[in-house]
Amino acid sequence: MKKKIKGRAYVLGNNVDTDQIIPAEHLVYSLSDPEEKKNYGRFALSGVPAEGAGLPDGHIPFIEEGHQSPYTIIIGGKNFGCGSSREHAPACMEIAGVQAVVAESYARIFYRNSIDGGFFIPFETPNRLVDEIKTGDSLEIDVVANTLTNHTQNKKLPLNPLGDVLDIIEAGNIFEYAKKAGLIKDNSPHPTPPKDFAQAED
Amino acid sequence: MAMTITDKILAQHAGKKSVQPGDNVWVDVDVLMTHDVCGPGTIAIFKKQFGANAKVWDRDKVVIIPDHYIFTADKHANRNIDILRDFVKEQDLPHYYDVGTDNYKGVCHIALAQEGHNRPGEVLFGTDSHTCTSGAFGMFSTGIGNTDAAFILGTGKLWVKIPEAMRFEFTGTFPPYIMAKDILLQVIGDIGCDGATYRTMEWAGEAVYNCSMEERMTLCNMAIEAGGKNAVIEADAVTADYLKSRTDKSYQIVRSDADAKYCFHKTYDAGAMEPVVARPHSPDNRALARECSDVKLDRAYIGSCTGGKITDFIAAAEILVGEKVKIDTFIVPATRDVEKDLHSHKIDGKSLMDIFISAGAQIGEASCAACLGGPKDTFGRTHGTEVVISTTNRNFPGRMGSKESAVYLASPYTAAASALTGHVTDPREFMPAKV
Ligand code: SF4
Repeated sequence: MKKKIKGRAYVLGNNVDTDQIIPAEHLVYSLSDPEEKKNYGRFALSGVPAEGAGLPDGHIPFIEEGHQSPYTIIIGGKNFGCGSSREHAPACMEIAGVQAVVAESYARIFYRNSIDGGFFIPFETPNRLVDEIKTGDSLEIDVVANTLTNHTQNKKLPLNPLGDVLDIIEAGNIFEYAKKAGLIKDNSPHPTPPKDFAQAED
Repeated sequence: MAMTITDKILAQHAGKKSVQPGDNVWVDVDVLMTHDVCGPGTIAIFKKQFGANAKVWDRDKVVIIPDHYIFTADKHANRNIDILRDFVKEQDLPHYYDVGTDNYKGVCHIALAQEGHNRPGEVLFGTDSHTCTSGAFGMFSTGIGNTDAAFILGTGKLWVKIPEAMRFEFTGTFPPYIMAKDILLQVIGDIGCDGATYRTMEWAGEAVYNCSMEERMTLCNMAIEAGGKNAVIEADAVTADYLKSRTDKSYQIVRSDADAKYCFHKTYDAGAMEPVVARPHSPDNRALARECSDVKLDRAYIGSCTGGKITDFIAAAEILVGEKVKIDTFIVPATRDVEKDLHSHKIDGKSLMDIFISAGAQIGEASCAACLGGPKDTFGRTHGTEVVISTTNRNFPGRMGSKESAVYLASPYTAAASALTGHVTDPREFMPAKV
């Protein structure tokens, strides 16, 4: 797990749903084929209406060319990632280069997918950053201290602690976590979890 | 300690006497459902993590239902079906509803119910956010992503955070012009589209228990539009009756304790409900249908897991019988079984199918179709600035295809009435006998 995440901000509003993150017509590319997979990056956030794309002014494309974005930290409002369960949503953002999302709140499937799939870290903030940070601002997240520094505006802001899910984030994804905890054995062709699996949360 | 239905089911599947909201537990999974959009990704992760020769944890517990991108020439979409076929063959999976065969069903959430895969007291995960629909059967069901689904395929387990529960109780009787869709849009308008985030929505009260299984499924279907983790309705005689011909597996009816704790509790007078719509571009943007009569429409769409069941089409046909639509009207049965019922079910001696065709509607093949936009050649998909009234569940920008189109969500009654006038219409205008 990276302890510091640096990058430029791309700011979005409330209720950015998974159809805006990756419109359904693009859900057909293979995620296992390294070349074809780039299409997900190419169309990441392509469903966001122009007025809301890159606040405060909007009309800023997330992807200028190719499949990677110059913006690697997404700032969102409430209920980020609502809508469908498609894991293509956090995946396309990772393919486009996103390393962290900082939002007021998340829809739970998107939050879960981001962590269990190990795509990027979804941080929550006690403050509404959408009105404070501008698209293009230079940001730095301290993952250990739970702070967000806006170098452009010379401000330091608090992030909520990650809590229980930090264990999965540190391990990399749910599989690595389960292996580390001894819950599944490496590459077992017939994985049978040990009997005490059910007590794993204690 | 007092527990809700959801607490009890999850505790039992975690091997615990009791749980409380906020606990993280590992639960045993009874059913894992996946479809053509998320199945291939799930399979790829499963193989990567557990090895190319890995076998799924329990063949009988995996259900695969292609439904999203079915009747399209898109080559990538069709490749997804091939991947499912290969996997089913390799793993010898008994519950696969293949396209192009007599076994094809259509929209997964309705097919799960019709094929007897929903059973009270069980735990079902699906790679689709509307998996919460199955909660109508008094079970725990929720949507997950590919990674979690791949984890289940290998282990039969998943971690779950026990949700807090909200209880929505409806006393009295729903008026005959009110459908489950109105109730839902009313509630989502009240609590907002993140009002139930991470929570259970428990539906209760005599008006709810008087609903058919189809209407109960609609009620649970849109919990996700309020951010809910799951929805649940206590199983009863209506549930048992529906299941009788569909499963011979035994099941267990779980009830909430009378003193169970809810983080939110609201009682509604069922008789006071009015037909409502959700305006663009959010399911919580509620208005009374009669307040939107100045909205001109280009299209009506009746279909999906939310509004494409037989009860939805009976409602639409009651309004459309003997009339002509004024705007393009698309009818998409959720499943093949619903499609068959369109032929056999009659009003005034005419089949629903005949009623729709004589009214000038177009009929699509059973599938998700334009509910989620999809490939360019999808039936009913928007391509421009169409204004649509739809019985589907989401009206986020671009959901039905074009980012410029605008979608009003409504009940089948309201959608059908609006198809006849070309503007958003309160269905009471067409049901004098029922008002
Ligand atoms: S009908 Fe619509 S909401 Fe239902 S499963 Fe299909 S795409 Fe999803």
